[in-house]
Amino acid sequence: MKTIPGEEVYMDNNATTKVAPEVVEAMMPYLTDYYGNPSSMHIFGGQVGEAMKKARLQVADLLGAEPEEITFTSCGTESDSTAVLSALQSFPEKRHIITTRVEHPAIKTLCENLETLTGHKHRVTGLKVGPDGMLDMNDYAEALSDDTAIVSVMWANNETGVLFPVEEMARMAKERGILFHTDAVQAVGKIPINLKESAIDFLAISGHKLHAPKGVGVLYIRRGTPFVPFLAGGHQEKGRRGGTENVASIVGMGKACELAAAKMEEENTRVKALRDKLEEGLLSKIPRSILNGHKTERLPNTTNISFEFVEGESILLHMNEYNICASSGSACTSGSLEPSHVLRAMGVPFTAAHGSIRFSLSVYNTEEEVDFVLEKIPQIIDSLRQMSPFWTNEEVAAK
Amino acid sequence: MWEYTDVVQEHFLKPRNVGEVENPSGIGDVGSLACGDALKLTIRVDDNDTIVEAKFKTFGCASAIASSSALTEMIKGMKVSEAEKITNEDIADFLGGLPKEKMHCSVMGREALEAAIADYRGITLPMAEGQIVCECFGVTDLEIIRTVKESNLRTIEEITNFTKAGGGCGKCEEKLQNILDETLGAVKEISEAVKQPQRMTTLQKIKKIEEVLEREIKPGLRQDGGDIELIDVDGDTVLVSMRGACTSCAKSQTTVKEFVEKKLRELVLDTLTVEETQ
Repeated sequence: MKTIPGEEVYMDNNATTKVAPEVVEAMMPYLTDYYGNPSSMHIFGGQVGEAMKKARLQVADLLGAEPEEITFTSCGTESDSTAVLSALQSFPEKRHIITTRVEHPAIKTLCENLETLTGHKHRVTGLKVGPDGMLDMNDYAEALSDDTAIVSVMWANNETGVLFPVEEMARMAKERGILFHTDAVQAVGKIPINLKESAIDFLAISGHKLHAPKGVGVLYIRRGTPFVPFLAGGHQEKGRRGGTENVASIVGMGKACELAAAKMEEENTRVKALRDKLEEGLLSKIPRSILNGHKTERLPNTTNISFEFVEGESILLHMNEYNICASSGSACTSGSLEPSHVLRAMGVPFTAAHGSIRFSLSVYNTEEEVDFVLEKIPQIIDSLRQMSPFWTNEEVAAK
Repeated sequence: MWEYTDVVQEHFLKPRNVGEVENPSGIGDVGSLACGDALKLTIRVDDNDTIVEAKFKTFGCASAIASSSALTEMIKGMKVSEAEKITNEDIADFLGGLPKEKMHCSVMGREALEAAIADYRGITLPMAEGQIVCECFGVTDLEIIRTVKESNLRTIEEITNFTKAGGGCGKCEEKLQNILDETLGAVKEISEAVKQPQRMTTLQKIKKIEEVLEREIKPGLRQDGGDIELIDVDGDTVLVSMRGACTSCAKSQTTVKEFVEKKLRELVLDTLTVEETQ
């Protein structure tokens, strides 16, 4: 079963995004005519380095950073691993890591492995979140210790869109001489970021979450931060990341960052309004539906709603019939048997977590699409509830 | 994305027999909201012990809904005594197969059917009386042992795929391994007991064959004026010679195959073949 490209109602932008046409256009010459290696001595290769220089500047501008603080990688996961492992190697005498219980697997699995695979050489504190997905800053203050090598806290949660106060947390870490890394894969391009004003030492970005292609990432490394490379090899990226550069994608990443900066206002006005319309519409039209995560401390594009008494995979597969794309925190969609670790950490009951759907919008979504989704989802939920042994019509009457 | 067969998709998108049978003869209620899937099966059985109506209500993923729909289609019009032989593998086969991680959906179908039949007959299922092994999903040892045997499971991962046990906190992993080892050990012992005669020496074989010939076969042949003699045993090939009336009997070949070989296979070794020397 395949769908026709262009006909999808794509509301799964926290999973991946459409590559912007302007980005494709900027990349094309580096996939065709300009195939040289930027490390070569000849002008043919060397001139490609100019394009990378521009891309580095474009990324730095979006982040409020300096170009030399930008290192290109292959993906967000590589950037995350590089930052955490670098900090541990820079301070081999320190063995404590602070993170949260709702991190993306790129950090979550890395930390679990550091704890267990190294024979418990490292100790990991996973900060709890409340029912709204927010952290308790007192817990954080108490967790910081002289043994802490690095704090790694995501800027925005991929499932709920909840924002963590990473700038404040980075300042608190800095006061104790502790390095601070943030997985900002979901935040960059959606909310304004100015790293010059912050105490953040490392920041990870993924290209495909902001309309650049898959297979390119960025690690921001604050000037003066001790650094040990993850991929040893050639002198590329000033020796910080070996391996011949993915030139076309890096150029695409630069262009995507430039576009994101230009569309930042639209993201936080028009896209946010669409998200709000979708969210309010679903919550009012569908009884026994619950918003997951803090209502205001949140990305402008994300909403995560639980529909009680129905299961997420079934909802998604019915949405498929209308070509509507979204995600679920249900157990059945992942192949595991337990629902999303994020929703469980928030204490969302299993009964609601199994029926959670995440809609994540982008600047390419339209009001017509939101209206279409608002027409179809209530029908889908209703037909599945008619099939559910836990749903009785009294439930509706009670509402 | 899961790779669901066309049959699964068909039964998921257009499920058959959704709802509840009025005044049901039996109700099977399994699973829970917390587990992520649940199925309520209601059946009506007529005076001839035939299931004339079956309906379901299911909370769960596409394969849970498709398995429930398939189950109701399979059992409608079936005798209860036939329906109770349906296994989870039968349900999965009806659907053209299920992803291995989703096999527990077919197990849920089989459990609901059993519960509905037990309810119809007014008996309590022994499965529910087992010891809870997996606390996350409330799976008992009896359920696990049964599924291990029925579906030939060999690893803890397979147990989780089929029963969900061990798919939560994972604390029961050691218990699951013990159950697996014990169950497989028991299965092995049984199959070894069955195989015992396979390791007979030729001498043992000859002795046993002669015994059976004397006791079970010769008396019958002698009544008709015939007889049989063992000539040789070469591996699993038994050479015999027909005597008396049998030598001139046109049916002696049939006698050798239909009567002698069948008896020897049944009573000595099921791999034996009997041949007549001229």
